[in-house]
Amino acid sequence: MANRTVIPFGPQHPVLPEPIHLDLVLEDEKVVEAIPNVGFIHRGLELLCQKKPFQDMVLVAERICGICSLIHGVGFVQGVEKIMNLDLPERALFLRVFWSELSRIHSHLLWLGLAADAIGFESLFMHSWRVREMILDIFEETTGGRVIFNVIKVGGVKKDITKETFTRIMKQLDKAEEEYKQISEVFINDFTVIHRWSGVGVLSKEDAVKLGAVGPTARASGIKSDMRMLKYGAYEKIDFEPTVERSGDCYARAAVRVKEVYQSFDIIRQCYNKIPEGEIETKVTGFPNGEYFSRVEQPRGEVVYYVKGNGTKFLDRFRVRTPTFANLPPLLQMLAGCDLADVPAIILSIDPCISCTER
Amino acid sequence: MSDILTMCKTVLSSLRKKTACQMYPIKPAKFYKNTRGHITIDPNKCILCTMCAKRCPTRAIEVDRAKGTWLINRYKCITCNECVISCKPVALRMEIQYSPPGAKKDIELYNIEKPTPKSAVPGE
Repeated sequence: MANRTVIPFGPQHPVLPEPIHLDLVLEDEKVVEAIPNVGFIHRGLELLCQKKPFQDMVLVAERICGICSLIHGVGFVQGVEKIMNLDLPERALFLRVFWSELSRIHSHLLWLGLAADAIGFESLFMHSWRVREMILDIFEETTGGRVIFNVIKVGGVKKDITKETFTRIMKQLDKAEEEYKQISEVFINDFTVIHRWSGVGVLSKEDAVKLGAVGPTARASGIKSDMRMLKYGAYEKIDFEPTVERSGDCYARAAVRVKEVYQSFDIIRQCYNKIPEGEIETKVTGFPNGEYFSRVEQPRGEVVYYVKGNGTKFLDRFRVRTPTFANLPPLLQMLAGCDLADVPAIILSIDPCISCTER
Repeated sequence: MSDILTMCKTVLSSLRKKTACQMYPIKPAKFYKNTRGHITIDPNKCILCTMCAKRCPTRAIEVDRAKGTWLINRYKCITCNECVISCKPVALRMEIQYSPPGAKKDIELYNIEKPTPKSAVPGE
């Protein structure tokens, strides 16, 4: 047996946008085991619910993560609304879906860019982010922010989109999709990309089920798991089928995300055609009293919100289980047995968001 | 051979195009009507009702009715727009320009003339 060496990986590393530390136990060049260590950016956001009124907690929930901020807000608000038995106007639900899907496009384009950068494909990284910039412009025009949108509130949404703006935005999105088509072909067909990712970090379907993978990581291993199939919000009026790949390697995880961007463009188009006219918020009276588990689909996978109210304006408990937290055990399974040089590509393939995980 | 030339179309087409970046300091940054930049106050319209300070989630705004002052800490403000919505006399406005960076964490203070109580108006 070869000698075992322990190589520390992170919390600062060129491919990692956020701090996670891994102790890699190596035998020659092969990773035998990876021991994770998180907790560098714990902020204690969950306990803030006892000091902030529940309406203001939406702002805190949005700040859990900088990429999927809007969907964090939707998850929290949905929990509070179910406790309070609020009937939301349909237009508000459709607007939430519209912004959620835009978030998904912008998150996936960000990841595709970072992943291309991690395999040394600089120009692809630049072009992915160029398309992402068009999406951020749409966000700024409709919500007023580029990263923190601040449009979700308990009982509806804060901003409306006029018919003319919506039509203009759809034209901009058509243009963005045209630009994205060229880039997505590179991710699917390019020799460099395929050579670097296929067969790397394979997660079998059985392991994915056993270790509780969620989101694109699970879908790349052949599990049809997508929380949007629960038909929360306006998703009950929208037709879509989750994207599933079978091979379970890094290439499959990238392919799932590439295809999901097209799916999100399609959902936005359905939103535009089906959105009704009307109010965008309902009046909220009283305080939440009860508990609820709210599950929504983020770009990275399923996020679970537990909200417990006690009849006052402060909540009793607020708990978030984020997708990266669920995807850490599958990540360790993928790392066992891989080459040291493949570690960065594999870690990036689950789209780790450590800020979410540590809250 | 074709699978190593997939990027060619994008690369060749971007040779003809103008740069995608905005040359920021030379060309001014582009803002939209909805952009949340910073809060401004019109001291003549303010009636010191303290609604903005009550609604502020970060307590960036402080209003002193006795002294007649309205102050904002721009480093605490998250531009959530709540104060603008709650301002009944429309003294507060959201501007599209971001607040400039500073070397010191200063607080902006405005002196506001106290509205005269109705009963104190002479002749009534």
